Amino acid sequence: MKNAAKKIYIALIVLFLYAPIGTLMVLSFNASKTRAKWGGITFKWYGQLLHNDDILKAFGNTLLIALLSSVIATIIGTIACIAMSNMKKRTRMVMLGITNIPMLNADIVTGISLMLLFISFGFKFGLGTILLSHITFNIPYVILSVMPRMKQLNPSIYEAAQDLGASPVTAFFKVVFPDLLPGILSGFLMAFTMSLDDFIITHFTKGAGVDTLSTKIYTEVRKGIKPEMYALSTLIFVTVLVLLILVNVTPARHEKTAISGMSPDKS
Amino acid sequence: MDNNMKHTTTTNKLLIGSVMLLAALGLSGCGASGGGENGQVIVYNWGEYIDPETIEMFEEETGIEVVYDEFETNEIMYPKVESGAASYDVVCPSDYMISKMIANDMLAELDFDKLPNAKANIGAQYYEQARGFDPNNQYSVPYCWGTVGILYNKTMVEEPITSWSQLWDAKYADNILMQDSVRDAFMVAEKLNGFSMNTTDPQELETAKNSLIEQKPLVQAYVIDQVRDKMIGNEAAIGVIYSGEAIYTQRENPDLEYVIPEEGTNVWIDSWVILKDAPNKENAEKFIDFMCRGDIAVKNFEYITYSTPNEAARELIEDEDIRNSEIAFPDLSKYNHLETFVYLGEDGDALYNELWKEVKSN
Repeated sequence: MKNAAKKIYIALIVLFLYAPIGTLMVLSFNASKTRAKWGGITFKWYGQLLHNDDILKAFGNTLLIALLSSVIATIIGTIACIAMSNMKKRTRMVMLGITNIPMLNADIVTGISLMLLFISFGFKFGLGTILLSHITFNIPYVILSVMPRMKQLNPSIYEAAQDLGASPVTAFFKVVFPDLLPGILSGFLMAFTMSLDDFIITHFTKGAGVDTLSTKIYTEVRKGIKPEMYALSTLIFVTVLVLLILVNVTPARHEKTAISGMSPDKS
Repeated sequence: MDNNMKHTTTTNKLLIGSVMLLAALGLSGCGASGGGENGQVIVYNWGEYIDPETIEMFEEETGIEVVYDEFETNEIMYPKVESGAASYDVVCPSDYMISKMIANDMLAELDFDKLPNAKANIGAQYYEQARGFDPNNQYSVPYCWGTVGILYNKTMVEEPITSWSQLWDAKYADNILMQDSVRDAFMVAEKLNGFSMNTTDPQELETAKNSLIEQKPLVQAYVIDQVRDKMIGNEAAIGVIYSGEAIYTQRENPDLEYVIPEEGTNVWIDSWVILKDAPNKENAEKFIDFMCRGDIAVKNFEYITYSTPNEAARELIEDEDIRNSEIAFPDLSKYNHLETFVYLGEDGDALYNELWKEVKSN
């Protein structure tokens, strides 16, 4: 009885989470352009998607910006964490507070202030300005996920490595970095998704003729969103799903092999 | 030591690489201003509001590169243009936004000698209607237009719909769709009460607000573009809709009928304008004039399906039903009390928003 209730509860949660995406996926196969009528199953939107240069270009821009901005933000954010961990406690708290504020700030405020900043510096608006602003709003997320890892580190390990003859750089990459890696990776992923999602900051900092997926989709609102977009969203969702499954299946195996590989040592 | 060196060089490479990437991106951003052999023109238009083929044709014929950008609402376009973040040449705002831009001295006066197609092909009645927001027809060339009216499902109503007042009929409770935007919703209530839809008289607005509150229990939903899908799916009997959507919905569901209510309505116009500080003014004129050519305008009409003010284009429409459609091309002289939105100033906008909030929260 209790078990059945548990299962129903979980099923309901999954249903509510995925019903919207499911609807969109179903509609991507609808031959009729309107959601109100089922015109039969078709793959034409997928075909047309491949020939729609605008959407593909926007998709490419989105990926390029998400990738570059998250990589750069991860580098800058990690370096900032290293610096902050060597500060006195009070300065560190102040610095952390300062880097946290932009996350709480409304996106539209960030977007408009970045736009004004770019204008006053005479920047040419385009991919470059989008990239700069995405790096800006990504850095706090990286710091947020790397900093806790940093605190868990035992500073003596780094010193011990140096005692044993490693240069600071070697000691960092051989000793500190592997311990930080999970935090860095989750920071990178968070930055990547934030950048992928962003609409409002991109809108204010993009130049003429440069679009990301989110700004492209939004411009279609007045005339109705094209079914090609449903097709693309479906493809993205399936890709992410497959990636997640792959990522989650392989480490489980790794752990197993790692444990079995370790046991002889222990014994 | 060897290991050490390797690591230093890899980090250096990473650093240098990222710096170079940044520089390259910055440079490519700057280099974009080159354009085609005859320069470029930067156009800012509504999303999905042009046949992409016509842009290619323009580029081929003139050698001018078109940098094309899209916006989704007038309100989101305005701050981008005003801040000068991206310097646009040609923009296509709606009526009331044009009057706001004129008031704020953002538009360049047009030289109609350089726009022969605009002069010859755009119907006189549309220029006349445009005087509502551009009193001397100095700043704008109509591109698309339409009316706002009632779309109803013939099988779900008992008598023909002719008046806004039928949106207040308790018979149709829970079967009515209203527009979820301040000015459109108030337009209906103001026309119902016989006021101008540009009124800022507090008394009249109070009456209009009370009408909307009175109507609220009967309304199934306040929506914008879902009117289209809901009416096609027989989910409601009557809805307020833009005429441009009406033909499309009829094609999908033949039971639907569109009518311009007898109390009058909004005639909206989206027009091309050139910005005062446009970097490529001559190319902008060429672009607007090209879009006013009959064969080009008819292509755009078929793509967008919103009514075109271009008489030459209308002649070229092959489908006779559409060419003579009362929905796409109503004879404006047959209707009374047609108006076009104008900018009401900041105080006016604030007043409308305040009252709309009262309606929505009531």
